[in-house]
Amino acid sequence: MTLTFAEPGLRLLRFDGVQRVVHWLNAALFGVLIFTGIPLYFGSFFGVLFPRHEIQEIHLWSGLFLPLPILVSLLGPWGRRMRRDMHRFAYWSRAEVRWLFTLGREQTNLDKFNPGQKANALFFGAVIIIMWATGYILQWFRFFPVSWREGATLTHDFFAFAIFVVVVGHIAMALTHFESMSSMLKGSVSREWAQRHAREWADESESAH
Amino acid sequence: MTDEVSTRPTEGAKTPVGRRMFLGLVALGAAGVAFGAEAQKLIGNKLGSGFASLLPGGNHFRIYTITGSYPNIPTSKYSLSVSGMVDRPMTLSYDDLRALPALEMVKGFQCVTGWRVDGVSWKGVPLAHLLEMAGPQSGTVAVSFDSYDHADSESLLLAQAHLPDVMVAYEMYGKPLSREHGGPVRLVVPQMYGYKSLKWLSAIRVVNDVDVGFWEQNGYPQNGWLDGSTGPTNPDPSLS
Repeated sequence: MTLTFAEPGLRLLRFDGVQRVVHWLNAALFGVLIFTGIPLYFGSFFGVLFPRHEIQEIHLWSGLFLPLPILVSLLGPWGRRMRRDMHRFAYWSRAEVRWLFTLGREQTNLDKFNPGQKANALFFGAVIIIMWATGYILQWFRFFPVSWREGATLTHDFFAFAIFVVVVGHIAMALTHFESMSSMLKGSVSREWAQRHAREWADESESAH
Repeated sequence: MTDEVSTRPTEGAKTPVGRRMFLGLVALGAAGVAFGAEAQKLIGNKLGSGFASLLPGGNHFRIYTITGSYPNIPTSKYSLSVSGMVDRPMTLSYDDLRALPALEMVKGFQCVTGWRVDGVSWKGVPLAHLLEMAGPQSGTVAVSFDSYDHADSESLLLAQAHLPDVMVAYEMYGKPLSREHGGPVRLVVPQMYGYKSLKWLSAIRVVNDVDVGFWEQNGYPQNGWLDGSTGPTNPDPSLS
């Protein structure tokens, strides 16, 4: 594959500054939560090698902050692009659903995000809510019946495993899809890339100009 | 919300599939909270607790410490004092404890924060036996427990302390009790939440007033009965 560095005018903005900041804040928080969550879950294997109390506090506070970046970015006047992309995640054509279930083998003109990317975004949106709520029950358990606490423990752990798998997959996809990843670092993609990987969005953006 | 809306579903028409996926996932999480405990029990009963322990969250001890580290007491240095308002105060070594008539039991361990481990096998000395050896004086009402971590403390009413399954344990799953589980010797109160089962037990004191233990000072009930189990209960509402 040859990388063509198009002139500035020929690039399309995929992620604005707000979106990139939110993405990398989320990435950092998820990273901290995974790295502190592992010794908390497998505590008995780690023995006394780590300061459990401090790790617990870090896990708790990063967890509490987890929903903030997305909420703040969505609710302000700076969130126009966030909100528009949220709408893209919510609405799917039947062709996109088929694309997801055939893992991309059934071609279609794709939106700004392919169905896999959309599913990834929806997954993280949902697990932020799930992990926050179940984490809250685990921390302030006194206000909840014991069967809920048991269910919250189970759910928190189950989704932690799921998150770990999806995060590994997400990073693997990013590392093997250079221009997608680079748009999350620099914001824009080349028009060629957009026409090849996000035809619908490319056409839409062209006609808007 | 200006996406093309079509009266006739066509290939290009967009429906809120993504929103449904998102809400479905959140609903799955909510169902997990509401019914997860039952589902786990069902799986445990059908497939055995060995399988349940392989599932995330299932049958798995979380290790809590108050101080952030585990006391390290070699069994040769271990001693347990039984004192307070008793006729025969005594100090027992680890070997003294092991020489006493032992009780073995298999019990579930339920933490107040929500996790549960079924079928834990314990071996130790019934607390009632130690109390009988020491001989509590008349007028005493409760037993206080101290820990080698110098932070935790617990107490039981005398009547609670005499329940046959309240144990001073030195073996778990057939092996000497490990440090993280409260070894070499801990208290086990299977009918109450885990915080009553004090780890790294150093002293047993018979007293005439209920001491408020570490977790009780932090808001946990003095009578930590599991849901559904009952027994002698301290009527003092300030302690519940």
